[in-house]
Amino acid sequence: MASLVGSRVERKEDKRFLTGKGRYTADINLANQTYAVFIRSPHARAKIKKIDTSKALKASGVVDILTGKHIAQDKIGGLIAGWAIRSEDGSEMKCPANPPLANDSVNFVGDPVAVVFAETLDEVKEAANLVDVDYKVLKAVTSLAHTMKSETIHEGIDKNLCYDWLLGDRQKVKEAFDKADRIIKLDIVNNRLIPNAMEPRACVIDYNTASEEITCYTTSQNPHLSRLIMSAFGGVAPENKLRVVAPDVGGGFGSKINLYNEEIVCSWAAKKIERPIKWVAERTESFLTDTHGRDHITHAELAVTNDGKFLGFKNETIANLGAYARVFGTVTPTYLFGPCATGVYVMPAAYSNVKAVYTNTAPVDAYRGAGRPEATYTIERIVDKAAIELGLDPIEIRMKNFPTEFPFKQTLVHQIDSGDYVSGLKKAKQMSDYDGFAARKKDSESKGKLRGIGVTTYFEACGIAPSPVVMMLGCGVGLWESAEVRFNPTGQVTVYTGSHSHGQSHQTTFAQIAADELGVPIENIDIVHGDTDKGTFGMGTYGSRSLAVGGVAIINACKKIVTKGKKIAAKMLEASEEEVEFKDGEFVVAKSNKKKTIGEVAFASYLPGVRDEVKSPLPEGEEPGLIESSFYDPSNFSFPAGSHICEVEIDPETGEVKLDKYTAVDDFGTIVNPLIVEGQVHGGLAQGIGQALYENAQYDETGQLITASYMDYTMPRADNFPEFNIGYTCTKATTNPLGVKGCGEAGTIAATPTVMNAVINALGGKEISLPATAEKVWKACKENKGSNAKAA
Amino acid sequence: MKKVSLEVNGRKITKDIPDHTILSVLLRDILNLTGTHIGCDTSQCGACVVHIDGKSIKSCTTLAAEVNGSKVTTIEGLAKNGKMHPMQEAFKKMHGLQCGFCTPGMVMSAIDLLQNKKNPSDTEIRDWLEGNICRCTGYQNIVAAVKEAASKM
Repeated sequence: MASLVGSRVERKEDKRFLTGKGRYTADINLANQTYAVFIRSPHARAKIKKIDTSKALKASGVVDILTGKHIAQDKIGGLIAGWAIRSEDGSEMKCPANPPLANDSVNFVGDPVAVVFAETLDEVKEAANLVDVDYKVLKAVTSLAHTMKSETIHEGIDKNLCYDWLLGDRQKVKEAFDKADRIIKLDIVNNRLIPNAMEPRACVIDYNTASEEITCYTTSQNPHLSRLIMSAFGGVAPENKLRVVAPDVGGGFGSKINLYNEEIVCSWAAKKIERPIKWVAERTESFLTDTHGRDHITHAELAVTNDGKFLGFKNETIANLGAYARVFGTVTPTYLFGPCATGVYVMPAAYSNVKAVYTNTAPVDAYRGAGRPEATYTIERIVDKAAIELGLDPIEIRMKNFPTEFPFKQTLVHQIDSGDYVSGLKKAKQMSDYDGFAARKKDSESKGKLRGIGVTTYFEACGIAPSPVVMMLGCGVGLWESAEVRFNPTGQVTVYTGSHSHGQSHQTTFAQIAADELGVPIENIDIVHGDTDKGTFGMGTYGSRSLAVGGVAIINACKKIVTKGKKIAAKMLEASEEEVEFKDGEFVVAKSNKKKTIGEVAFASYLPGVRDEVKSPLPEGEEPGLIESSFYDPSNFSFPAGSHICEVEIDPETGEVKLDKYTAVDDFGTIVNPLIVEGQVHGGLAQGIGQALYENAQYDETGQLITASYMDYTMPRADNFPEFNIGYTCTKATTNPLGVKGCGEAGTIAATPTVMNAVINALGGKEISLPATAEKVWKACKENKGSNAKAA
Repeated sequence: MKKVSLEVNGRKITKDIPDHTILSVLLRDILNLTGTHIGCDTSQCGACVVHIDGKSIKSCTTLAAEVNGSKVTTIEGLAKNGKMHPMQEAFKKMHGLQCGFCTPGMVMSAIDLLQNKKNPSDTEIRDWLEGNICRCTGYQNIVAAVKEAASKM
């Protein structure tokens, strides 16, 4: 039987999506449901003086209105930070309370203060307009650079500082810098982004008055984790009375990791009003209240020798947490950022110092790549700057500093098990026709255009993550994954995973690996996920962990099935267990033609008796049935890496940047399904390029989000991109049996610095901030022209 | 209230609905055709695209009463006798979708493109689909799917 791992298997999930039969949360309607609308703060920072619901309560169709007072009365807990990060001085991080409905103060535009329930959507919207909230408006803290000198937002949190974290050795860095021929300095802003999954967040809640069980259908990347938080911290219901279902979910990109206010409030309220509740965000609500991404200010320095060897690196970063610290909010700018900030290079000394601060803006959390794009942007921009200052080719300076032996102990945390950065960059150079750039530049110039080339090499830490390590670093849970494999008596297999697909294609790729392990046709394998009532606990999907952690749990459970199957087959075939081999779905007695298929063995396992032609005694001591589970905890992170090269053409008359060529060469280890991996790379690139050229979340000085619709926030569209040129190298991960590394975030991590390096190259090395919009580039072209004229 | 008669996916329907009922609301909430999606409130994302008398429109900014008497085709109405439309087949073959949320609108728009232009170039496909936002695919496989469908239609 040919192996399915490595094959371009078309997706099993596609037919339902393509025929309109996908079932997303907003598609669910329950009998007798009420509709919810949240009353949100229009102010970035204010005290709530009074909430008057009397008029609204009398409006047509209104069922109930609940506020922060009711939440407090019922002792419903709030939202939490999942990672406890310590400051350099050893002190604990400082987090404000984040009640699901604000009780006395609001801290960003969109912070919910009350919720209205009514019979119809029209009625609930009408009634919501009648809720009168009296605010005492306070001065909002919105400038990241000045946050620490501004008024204190949360009582008891001095300088609005959550933590002042250090990773690395300041003394060693100082010594390295003292020896350097040259110090390269760079100040950058990593701009705020809004993840914008196309499906707006939603939840539909059912309450069973007989069993007292709450069912929360929601748009989540990790339903089990949401249930845990809602039960343990929210106190909404004990876990056995709370079912969380994340059905088809229309994209996440990190924004659907968090449990949100609306899910807690509606789950609690459904029990209170004894009615089902439906809430669906409008797009502007998503813009205002989904967790945002990035938003760093960084000063970085790189110590180099005159011939381009790196001696040391440091970065001082201020990271914006927004108004509250959420699940991955505190770890994204620390352990997901700092270790990767030295890039793919041998860096004898380094440190990362991050001050995470609160502002009156939406909470900032993991967004595709989470910390690693910020890290890669920092190092890859400063490496290019070093190349410019030293007069070196950007490829040459990178090649000079690559590690060539693996495992490679990276400067700050990671032990990178495998990689080959030299081959990756060589391949990218060849695929992109790097040597032909000069001719193309000349050609562009003859048409009055500027042309630039940009290079990035990166690694990322994925397969998140070994529990002992992350718990030592401050994580509140272990980051293993679970799987259960049920071999049904009549031969089909149902695989339950704690991982979750919101576009990643689990139904196909997970079925491919189970098919290979069990020798069962892929058509007979179903992957079940996204329902806390189906399958064991799970940690969900983020950090490119589904395959490297969740996939391995499936393999391990399959291996247990084969182990038990072998015992049963041996008994059925009257052979010893050692004589039986399993291959391609058959248990075969060595040097004979005696065999049983895994289907026959499964059938026998459920019928441990003798009647007519059925003769399937189980071995002594074996229980009937063929169901196995596994909790897999990885021994290390996995380390995808790659080299990207792109070219841009700029029209100096308009400032428009045209992305002309993009080449990505990535090392993801084993590739289970090339069709799907290509899609992940394309999508990642589009998001990274989006940050470089188009996307930018902007608040004004009063804390109003002025990019809160698709009319104002530039989403990348089909006509913004060239055809991407994708290639691979492969060094298998040695720390998991599949050899996989993860591919979901790579494009986003590498694309932003690649494009910006190209833009800056086209502008003759002139610094420009993210995103390189036509306006900024046009100004830069003007300034260049001015200074050239002066020089002449 | 307005009496609205439509032929939706070949089935004649007549409903009494409030005057302000948007076509996407009629389709999703009254006819239970939830394949048509709502991804924004500004007529930008294109997840709601359906065909009115064969032409693609954004159903989130069309009043149901406005299209009274017309033929509406939604994503649910494309497959015939259990066989998917060549555009649907092409999206599957070329992996032109990931989370699936923008897909119905994307497919409906792409079919209208091929009605207007038999063998569009990459640039023409990208220009046409400018009104449909996809956050997952980076559009490359969508373009490939449209070309694949063009070769089969």
